[in-house]
Amino acid sequence: MSPDAMPTGAGAERILSRQARPKAASAPSAVLTLAWRAMLKIKHVPFQLFDVTIMPIMFTLLFTFMFGGALANSPKEYIQFLLPGILVQTIIFITVYTGVGVNTDIQKGLFDRFRSLPMWQPAPILGALAGDLFRYSVASMVILIVGFILGFRPEGGALGVLLAFLLVLTFAFAVSWIWIIFGMRVKTPESVMTTSFVFLMPLTFASNIFVELSTLPGWLRAIVSKNPVTHLATAARALTRGENPGDDVLWVLGASVLIVLVAAPIAMRLYYKER
Amino acid sequence: MEHAIETEGLAKNFGKTRALDGISLRIRRGAVYGLLGPNGAGKTTTIRVLATLLRPDAGSARVLGHDVVREAALVRQKIGLTGQYASVDEELSGHENLVLVGRLLGMPWRDARERATELLEGFGLGEAAKRQVRTYSGGMRRRIDVAASLVVTPEVLFLDEPTSGLDPHSRNQVWDIVRRIAARGTTVLLTTQYLEEADRLAEGLAVIDHGRLIAQGTSRDLKASVGANALHVRLNDEEQLPKAKAIITRILGDGILPEMDPRSVSVKVANPVEASKVLASLGKDGIRVREFSLGSPSLDDVFFALTGRPAEEQKPEEPASAPPVAPARRGAEK
Repeated sequence: MSPDAMPTGAGAERILSRQARPKAASAPSAVLTLAWRAMLKIKHVPFQLFDVTIMPIMFTLLFTFMFGGALANSPKEYIQFLLPGILVQTIIFITVYTGVGVNTDIQKGLFDRFRSLPMWQPAPILGALAGDLFRYSVASMVILIVGFILGFRPEGGALGVLLAFLLVLTFAFAVSWIWIIFGMRVKTPESVMTTSFVFLMPLTFASNIFVELSTLPGWLRAIVSKNPVTHLATAARALTRGENPGDDVLWVLGASVLIVLVAAPIAMRLYYKER
Repeated sequence: MEHAIETEGLAKNFGKTRALDGISLRIRRGAVYGLLGPNGAGKTTTIRVLATLLRPDAGSARVLGHDVVREAALVRQKIGLTGQYASVDEELSGHENLVLVGRLLGMPWRDARERATELLEGFGLGEAAKRQVRTYSGGMRRRIDVAASLVVTPEVLFLDEPTSGLDPHSRNQVWDIVRRIAARGTTVLLTTQYLEEADRLAEGLAVIDHGRLIAQGTSRDLKASVGANALHVRLNDEEQLPKAKAIITRILGDGILPEMDPRSVSVKVANPVEASKVLASLGKDGIRVREFSLGSPSLDDVFFALTGRPAEEQKPEEPASAPPVAPARRGAEK
């Protein structure tokens, strides 16, 4: 940098003379702006999408071909069962990035800037959640495409798949609030990740994502059938098959509402709390 | 309304640590005011309370007449904050960062983009506009960070250690920006560990130590309060320092002041006539003197006089002797 790179003369007057404050941004506009920021991050660091593209492809391929023969009669039969489950598992795993993002912003001092701006204060959190919708959509598209290539033919058609996707999104949105709490409490983004796996592994594997409930011993079945992820996977399966998902949908919606009602106020309290 | 910033008995605890212990300040509108003190003195906490990021446990603070707790939203409309770390998104480009702030302040897209371009060019970052901030040098980051606080010119600007970690050239640039901002009527409250910085920029100073205000006034007031003159001697050769110190204390008494530069010695002088003898004695003993100056005490000396210990608490990871950097005489590099 040369010394004359600094504001001088008329230019300096201009950059320093903007006195008129614009009218404060509306809440939706602030949220959208912060969602735009999330998109920009993906544009600059496309590698961030590795987890939402390569991982689901790998999982779908591995499980379909490794377990397809053993758990169903053939990979093609198994994938009809597996694919809605893989969708559930992948999206739930990605929810942790909400917490990672929040934690990174706090560590970098970005939340300090946001909090000192005259904007609707919850916007950074909702903006982060809105940005995550994009990740979820990308991951879901990837899974569906891989699924179709491998022979996934949902009887519920596009509508059934869409409804299943929306149900998964609802649950993911709720779970994200838990990671936001973690993101605000722990010291580093890495510890958000590590902590999350302790919860996510049992939550997703102790479910009927990969195996039918009927194959489990009674005591385990009792536990697994209570897992909200089991309800979610069952409901998503039913929807993609064009069947009535019945109580499972209510279970999932109920669990989502409950999580949000408990976690969101805690997360917001922590957000306003000083660091 | 007379004052831009008014605090009354601000107190803040973090667990058992008393970060602020009754800070009362009055800063007039349009002033550049410096909060001076070592690490952990409570400077950053003060700024964070004033910028509505922290609630005080006791006492009150008003910024432009608005209470920082009860009228936080009004305060936020009038302030700009540049925190200790570059509070910009490193993954975004410089331009995108400024557009983001502009949008969050309520600007239409077009205005926000134009303003971003204008600021980047004004701050000499025009060519780096499209690059991710993570690729910026320390000085460039500081500037984008300050620029982000000026997207709309604030009435009060808080700068938390605006030049820590900067090379002398970048530091001069930041100082220049601060002066220009202040000249436009913005009140600037800055924190610093560098006594020279406060001396150069701030018309008013508050010295903070352990969450308490230990002195307040202009730098001239503070220097005068120490009372004595000070003699600074700088040698050509570090190894001759102990010998020089011995000679100096023999003539002037034991008033050695803390000094970071391993080739320098500073000492309080009661009677200036005595000081002239020192130069003669040093020369007679073959000690080569590079600089010899008698002046009013530096703010370092002031701090020492106020607290009984040096201002700059050495952290273990810091080199014992910071390389001398112009124009600051003492360890300005972090």
